[in-house]
Amino acid sequence: MVSIEEYGDFDTSWCPGCGNFLILKSLKQALAVQGIAPRDVIISSGIGQAAKLPHYLRCNMFNGLHGRALPVAQGIKMANPEAAVLCVSGDGCTYGEGGNHFLAAIRRNIDLTLLVHDNQIYGLTKGQASPTSARGHVTKAQPEGNRSDAFNPVSVAVAMKAGFVARAFSGEPEHLSEVIREAMAYKGFSLVDILQPCVSFNKVNTYGWYSQRVYFPQNHDPSDWGAAMVLSEEFGDRIPLGIIYRAEKPVFGLGARLAEHEYDKNDLKAVLQSYT
Amino acid sequence: MSGKSINVVIGGAAGQGLVTIGQLLSKAVVRAGHHLLVTQRYMSRVRGGLNTYAIRMGGEDLSGGTESIDILAALNAEAFSRHVGDVVDGGLVVAGTDFETGEREALRIPFEELAPKPLFHNTVMLGVLGRTIGLERGILEDLLRQTFGRKGEEVIGANLEVLRNAYAWASDRDYGFSRRVGPGSGPGRMMLNGNEAIALGALAAGCNFVSYYPMTPSSSVAMTLIAKGAPLGLQYEQAEDELAAMNMAMGASYAGARTLVTTSGGGFALMGEAVSLAGVSETPVVCIVVQRPGPATGMATRTEQADLDLVLHAGHGEFPRAVFAPATPEECFYLTHRAFDLAETYQTPVFVLSEQYLADSYRDVEPFDLDGLPEVARPLLEWNGGEYKRYAETEDGVSPRLVPGFSEALVRADSHEHDESSRVTEDKAVRVNQNSKRLRKESGLFEEVIGPDYYGGENADVLLVCWGPTLGACLEAVDRYEGDKSLAVLHFKQVYPLREEQFMDFLESAGRVVAVEGNATAQFARVIAGETGFVIPDRVLRFDGRAMTWEYVLKGLTDIL
Ligand SMILES: Cc1ncc(C[n+]2csc(CCOP(=O)(O)OP(=O)(O)O)c2C)c(N)n1
Ligand code: SF4
Repeated sequence: MVSIEEYGDFDTSWCPGCGNFLILKSLKQALAVQGIAPRDVIISSGIGQAAKLPHYLRCNMFNGLHGRALPVAQGIKMANPEAAVLCVSGDGCTYGEGGNHFLAAIRRNIDLTLLVHDNQIYGLTKGQASPTSARGHVTKAQPEGNRSDAFNPVSVAVAMKAGFVARAFSGEPEHLSEVIREAMAYKGFSLVDILQPCVSFNKVNTYGWYSQRVYFPQNHDPSDWGAAMVLSEEFGDRIPLGIIYRAEKPVFGLGARLAEHEYDKNDLKAVLQSYT
Repeated sequence: MSGKSINVVIGGAAGQGLVTIGQLLSKAVVRAGHHLLVTQRYMSRVRGGLNTYAIRMGGEDLSGGTESIDILAALNAEAFSRHVGDVVDGGLVVAGTDFETGEREALRIPFEELAPKPLFHNTVMLGVLGRTIGLERGILEDLLRQTFGRKGEEVIGANLEVLRNAYAWASDRDYGFSRRVGPGSGPGRMMLNGNEAIALGALAAGCNFVSYYPMTPSSSVAMTLIAKGAPLGLQYEQAEDELAAMNMAMGASYAGARTLVTTSGGGFALMGEAVSLAGVSETPVVCIVVQRPGPATGMATRTEQADLDLVLHAGHGEFPRAVFAPATPEECFYLTHRAFDLAETYQTPVFVLSEQYLADSYRDVEPFDLDGLPEVARPLLEWNGGEYKRYAETEDGVSPRLVPGFSEALVRADSHEHDESSRVTEDKAVRVNQNSKRLRKESGLFEEVIGPDYYGGENADVLLVCWGPTLGACLEAVDRYEGDKSLAVLHFKQVYPLREEQFMDFLESAGRVVAVEGNATAQFARVIAGETGFVIPDRVLRFDGRAMTWEYVLKGLTDIL
């Protein structure tokens, strides 16, 4: 058994009441329940308020650049297939700056879990629209309302047939924790898009706003891609939570832990020999 | 006509098989015990255009390419008309019968007669060229057997028959070309190009991870690593872009892989952000940057030495780095190996700056000595030293690098300014300490600088200063110079950092110093000026996309002297 305490307790620089706290707590819970010790967890994160999460957790971490957490996470897993690899960042970081990496990670299907703190706003840079902000969302930077359509990461992931696609809400921490556990147990790339109220800069998508809308669909079969596609489109008056799509698919093959890997000198000699 | 070497140039359109002919012929030349230097010029297209494959063979070491042609094998009319002017007196033109060669005497090969199908034209050309340069038929036959080995006896048999016919046909002709080169250092040598040698140097250093995004002329580094390394456990990935490639490398390296990325200028420009990340997070990585002419997309298949400034300054902020610039496949191999050791020891990005000319030029080399290579530094897998701090402040600036997941100690790497325990900080004292700690690694790197090589007598009248593969052209220019001045060459294979005491005497004692570079602004001369205050007044610069040649250097010197 691994206790939650092993994951530590740190001061944070998050605003009081921010949705990030419950995500952190749910993640600790999910790790402890799975009996994964801190030494075996490696978290890659980008830049933003959400991306600070590994600083508030006892674990191995690589806190890299804005938008680039996914390539780092994939590199880590390729070098150490035995580690439990998570990638944690915000919606701006993951879907904006890192959009191409998001698409590639789905296609590549390396076994790791991506947790996106989706607050539909840029928190750290003080409230500009993010890729998931709704069209018309008014911010200081978008005074006439956001002029672009919102990116729906869940739809895109399902459309691309990512093997594990879920949506959760930080206001439902028990459910969130359970979904994270399932995502981590899934063999392949898994996405949990987490609705996270930003109490400082997003005055539209508040706890109340999300709470009134989220629901747990009954009788949804996540293996039914068509049904998942339809469900993933639902984001407005009602927002479905849970595993939206789930399927087995070929996982990116990995080798030994590269830190221990060494070539046999005779093999190398044979390689050189092939040039004579 | 110089008696030193024979330069065979095969010219034709892409898709006509000139590379196949060229490679088989080159391999045969090396197996026959001759030295060789292959330079390829190709256009950025998959079919058509005019490409050339030049094989310069000789009994002595060949330092660089040349513009004069001894045997021109023209696969089409364009190759003929474009290059016939470069054929030396007493040289030979070989061509098919499908186009006019005008007044020029040429050995016209009746391909239809000698080959049952166009598929065999390459083999015909191999037989004819092999015979004209005096290779034994047996060597050519062995090569064909190896090349077509997997295709079965029938294919081998058919090719061997065509080869014998072509060889016999050429033996019966008097084509007036009888020059032969003496044997070099005998058989048993390797034949490979610069990019292959970089990949092998990486493997020899234990490189087991490569992430890249394809870009000519760097791609073959990754292709070679994958072909040779993947069966032995190397992990590789073609990333979605260079940003991903470099960041993936960061993750892999942090997790204990020995990591390489490879790209060319345009791709490297995109990697800049993560080069900076490697600097602050102290993550080792070897970056291979194979130059081609810029700016932007420039000339994809031509050569230049104009990305030195970019590599020296890539990445925002200040952090240590080292930059190597090999001149030959040997240097590609040994310097890449060394780059891994430095990257690993100093936990910082180290660069190998090559260029298209070296990337694609094949040479014969002494088989590399794996047993004689020094050990490459390794990260720690265990930690028994009390609380582990990833960025512990040490005297030499090097903190113990532990791989995550192998011990109880947690390994935390960070892109922000951080304290010894990787906590993000804006504390001014901590900032100064950490930045200074990182920069202290420069003294270690400085101690390990490989000084330049000096070729020539003391106090030369004229000293040619060059870096990277421009060396060959300089050496041969000195060799062929017929004026009354004494010439010498100073060649840098490490271009950053520089240690003044390793070379200032040479610069100061030479009568005149001339920078020879493959760029328009003498970038390396500026580095020397910046580091030492010594301004090199004269320059021979080439930036037409072609490699430096001895002819070009001599012409430039004539204008200066
Ligand atoms: C390359 C780069 N561009 C821009 C920034 C500035 N920046 C920091 S965080 C951020 C947006 C963060 O938004 P999000 O990912 O949604 O995270 P949140 O703060 O909302 O959790 C931006 C644009 C940066 N650090 N690096
Ligand atoms: S700015 Fe928003 S997202 Fe960031 S900590 Fe505050 S409430 Fe949370």
